[in-house]
Amino acid sequence: MSITVTLFGQMITFGVLVLFVWKYLWGPMTTMMEDRTKRIADGLAASERGKQDLEIAQQRADQRLREAKQDAADIVNSANKRASEIIEESKEQGRQEGQRQLDAAVAEIEQEINRAKGDLRRHFINLTLDTAKKVLGREIDASAHNDIMNEMIKKL
Amino acid sequence: MNEAHETVAGPGPVEYIQHHLHNLSVGEGFWTFHIDTFFFAFGIAVLIGFVAKKIGDNLNPDNPTGMQNLLEIILEFVGQQVKDAFNGYNPLIGPLAFTIFVWVFMMNAMDLLPVDLLPWIAAEMGIPYLKVVPTANLDTPLSLAASVFMLVVIFNIRAKGGMGFVKMFLFHPFPASNPVVKIILIPFNIMMTTIEELSKPISMGLRLFGNMFAGELIFILIALLPWWIQFAPGGLWAIFHILIITLQAFIFMLLTVVYLGMANQVLEADH
Repeated sequence: MSITVTLFGQMITFGVLVLFVWKYLWGPMTTMMEDRTKRIADGLAASERGKQDLEIAQQRADQRLREAKQDAADIVNSANKRASEIIEESKEQGRQEGQRQLDAAVAEIEQEINRAKGDLRRHFINLTLDTAKKVLGREIDASAHNDIMNEMIKKL
Repeated sequence: MNEAHETVAGPGPVEYIQHHLHNLSVGEGFWTFHIDTFFFAFGIAVLIGFVAKKIGDNLNPDNPTGMQNLLEIILEFVGQQVKDAFNGYNPLIGPLAFTIFVWVFMMNAMDLLPVDLLPWIAAEMGIPYLKVVPTANLDTPLSLAASVFMLVVIFNIRAKGGMGFVKMFLFHPFPASNPVVKIILIPFNIMMTTIEELSKPISMGLRLFGNMFAGELIFILIALLPWWIQFAPGGLWAIFHILIITLQAFIFMLLTVVYLGMANQVLEADH
């Protein structure tokens, strides 16, 4: 076993093989793998960013929702208040209207009573006059004693 | 198998083993050329190059399949080792370590083929000798180690400068502040640093060669057993050898990166 010229043949083969592998496999493959690593890292970063964005959007949506709920509650509250106010107003109006109608009715009744009283008085006087006419006969002249009659009516 | 055993083994176990350890070669002495070793190493290199080109041209980042996955795993693994062991950046280290790992692994893996199979086929085709595992031939591990050694020298000079490289030999293992002592120490330093630098590639190459040669030898010895019992030790050894194959390829790759990393370091502040 000794060193022979084969050694130099192998060295040349080795050198050529290294250069070949370098050029055609190592170079392209490392480039590809670096690119891929970078792409994966980019993708992960993007997804992380997306997640953060989503979180922010979620928070914003929650905020909006809370505000909207608050607004809705406020609106309902004020509507309720307004409604009870309207009811109160209506009640008041109704009461006033009732009072007014009652007053009018009372006044009308009063009028009716007065008119009835007047009618009654006139009937009574006429009756009295008729009676007196019958009692006195034909001596009392209605037109001659009219002023006495009217005075009596007033006294009645 | 039995038939092959008889045809190839010929007279006896010693001849059988010697036959298996004999390279198909041309030339004499230093100018001997081991055709089989070179053929298989070159063939595997072409195979790796072919697959590398095929995968490299059809890279699919989104749906990697089969071989691309495998190569990506090896590439990431090697890349991690380079990152850990090599300070600074050099575009050559990655592909170099990757090629060493894959090539050495594939050459080692030739050991797992039945030890008589390829030699028997070769014998049928009229080729008298065939040693299948390139790394079990001293030339292959040493050629890799020598290539690495050359790179180490280049890296040293690039990182430390020509003068720095010389200074490393003159003042390195035994530094001294006194100029006289410094000069006295120079011969020792030169000797020590030379031994240190040379022992790195030599030990690296011999380690790989020794492991693979021993592994192959054990396969040959197992092949001498009766055919009906071979599967037991052979299977066990093959399973264990998978570990050795991978480990040796890994060690060779890692040491390459570590040595180049050391060479790439700037000399610590001059004393």
